[in-house]
Amino acid sequence: MADLRISGLRKSFGAVGVLKGIDLEIRDGEFISFLGPSGCGKSTLLRCIAGLEDLTDGTITLGSREITGLPSAKRDIAMVFQNYALYPHMNVRKNMAFGLSLNGMPAAEIEARVKNAAEILRITDLLDRKPRQLSGGQRQRVAIGRAIVRQPQLFLLDEPLSNLDASLRVTMRAELSALHDRLRVTMIYVTHDQVEAMTLSDRVVVLDKGRVAQFGRPLELFHRPATLFVAGFIGSPQMNFLTAKVEGQGADSITLSLNGVTLTIPTDGHHPVDPTRPVTLGIRPDRLELASEGQLSGTIRLAERLGTENHLHIDLATGGSVVVITDGTHPARARDKVQLRIPPSDAHVFDAEGKALPRRLDAATEALISEPDGPAEPA
Amino acid sequence: MSDARRISSRRRPSLAPWLFISPWILGFFFFTLGPMVFSLIMSLHDWPVVGERKFVGLQNYQTMLTQDPMFWKSLGVTVKFAAIFVPLNIALSFLLAVLLNVKVRGTALFRTAFYLPCVISGVALVMIWKWIYSKDYGLLNYALSLLGTEGPNWLGDPNWSILAIIIASLWGLGGTMLILLAGLQSIPKELYEAARVSGVPAWAQTLFITIPMLSPMLLFTFITSLISAFQQLTIALLLTEGGPLKSTYFFAMYIYDNAFKFHDMGYAAAMSWVMFLIILTLSLAVLKYSAAWVHYEGEVKGGGNG
Repeated sequence: MADLRISGLRKSFGAVGVLKGIDLEIRDGEFISFLGPSGCGKSTLLRCIAGLEDLTDGTITLGSREITGLPSAKRDIAMVFQNYALYPHMNVRKNMAFGLSLNGMPAAEIEARVKNAAEILRITDLLDRKPRQLSGGQRQRVAIGRAIVRQPQLFLLDEPLSNLDASLRVTMRAELSALHDRLRVTMIYVTHDQVEAMTLSDRVVVLDKGRVAQFGRPLELFHRPATLFVAGFIGSPQMNFLTAKVEGQGADSITLSLNGVTLTIPTDGHHPVDPTRPVTLGIRPDRLELASEGQLSGTIRLAERLGTENHLHIDLATGGSVVVITDGTHPARARDKVQLRIPPSDAHVFDAEGKALPRRLDAATEALISEPDGPAEPA
Repeated sequence: MSDARRISSRRRPSLAPWLFISPWILGFFFFTLGPMVFSLIMSLHDWPVVGERKFVGLQNYQTMLTQDPMFWKSLGVTVKFAAIFVPLNIALSFLLAVLLNVKVRGTALFRTAFYLPCVISGVALVMIWKWIYSKDYGLLNYALSLLGTEGPNWLGDPNWSILAIIIASLWGLGGTMLILLAGLQSIPKELYEAARVSGVPAWAQTLFITIPMLSPMLLFTFITSLISAFQQLTIALLLTEGGPLKSTYFFAMYIYDNAFKFHDMGYAAAMSWVMFLIILTLSLAVLKYSAAWVHYEGEVKGGGNG
């Protein structure tokens, strides 16, 4: 088994700390995404695992071997780079075989591996071409093929789809998913695109300023974001955040006051929050309801009609603004005055430090997010 | 009316574009093409600096090839020099460029230091080398004496003189080095990272990634080194004056002597044309055979789909 364990990983460039103590346990065969905005350290973390960067502190173990100090080549990994990093003067076949032949692998074995990888990726008829004669998608396949022929225990993919156009990205995403199902090898995938992370991954590591903000299944991140950062980062349009005061709290509920309107939100049992400090109430745009009577009132500033749904940008009477998603046939127009209702069980509550209070979910959602080995599918 | 004017102005090409390119055109005609044609005409004449000029047809060329041992001797010296200088120049420039491409403290300082000889006047450089090579007072032989060996008479011994000139010429490799360094820095670092992950050893990275990626620059420096080797004059003229025993009597120096010592401009012009043809032929040959080993990034041969 090749579980990947990272503990206490720190990485600084000079005085700048990029990774500030990362602990992760990745199980054999998992598809893991490192997700986060630019500068969060996700690529650096991947490069540390690849052995392209030296750690400042911490250890990395793959299976039973500690690989922290090993050179890249001895780590039993393969890496796919964002800009493919194909050798431009070698044809596709040589690009894939280059590393193998220099490590003394018999020619017949190399030929078999290249042939196999080419078949998996459907690039057999491109084997004699040079990279410059290939399209972006084909180059990406060759780059993946070069990783496959190594038959590594761990695939590292650094934003492999970000140089492709939108439609090709969707196709390649499905192919990567199929490839993972076929090879059943641990893959780590760095991306800033939450859709890629959500659709491809068994579990997602959300990174924020060099720390793990949350590590969990895609739907867990969506339904039970651990922090304000994760709640705001996952989901599009972004979750609406409203400042609220604590009116009272029980063992498994909290009563908030939103500009004078009170609202009791169920929790899954929480440690008491400091009632003197303001909390944040989060509600996803698709969960806010237009109603004849609600906790919020406001005026529609902008109505974006996307066909299947409308995105209504609403300026609240009490200040601030929210986005509401309605059905595409809803007649609401700009400058309409509306009332909004917050269904209590759909609300997220974050304490003054930005940590989420555990949400109480209905049985169906609970089952969906805690499903141990099911494929990750978007809601 | 206005339509008609527009049509007529379209028919009559305007003078403005010609005015804009005229500095180059004039320079090319007066300082490049003109002198070349003129020298070709000269080469067909018996053309003393003072006195009557006489058309002699190809006689200058005939004399050179059949009756002038000094022509062959000087050509031999030049070829020998080029054969040693060109590979050494490229190899050393490449090595220095690779060293300077390593990110360590002070690379800017070294880069400047290695390039410095290129901005110093050739004459000043030769004066320095004259002192370095001096048999009894030279820096080089003093250094050798510290090591316990007696240095040769660099400039006075026909066996050593050509080597002395090669070494002095290599002093100016900063330009070549700079071109190769720029080439090295344009190679994407991901290629090396990909190689590292695949376990490609460093020597193989140099051989199979660096050199192929650098091949257009290597070709360029190969050709420019070749040309400069054949035109070698300053250092030999000032350092050894062709001696001893004509061991450093370069082709270009023989041209110079014919023109300005023997005042036979026609013969000198004919020799210049022979040199031009030799350089042209060699350069074309290099270019022709370079297709096999030079890789150009932007070039697409054959049908790529997409």
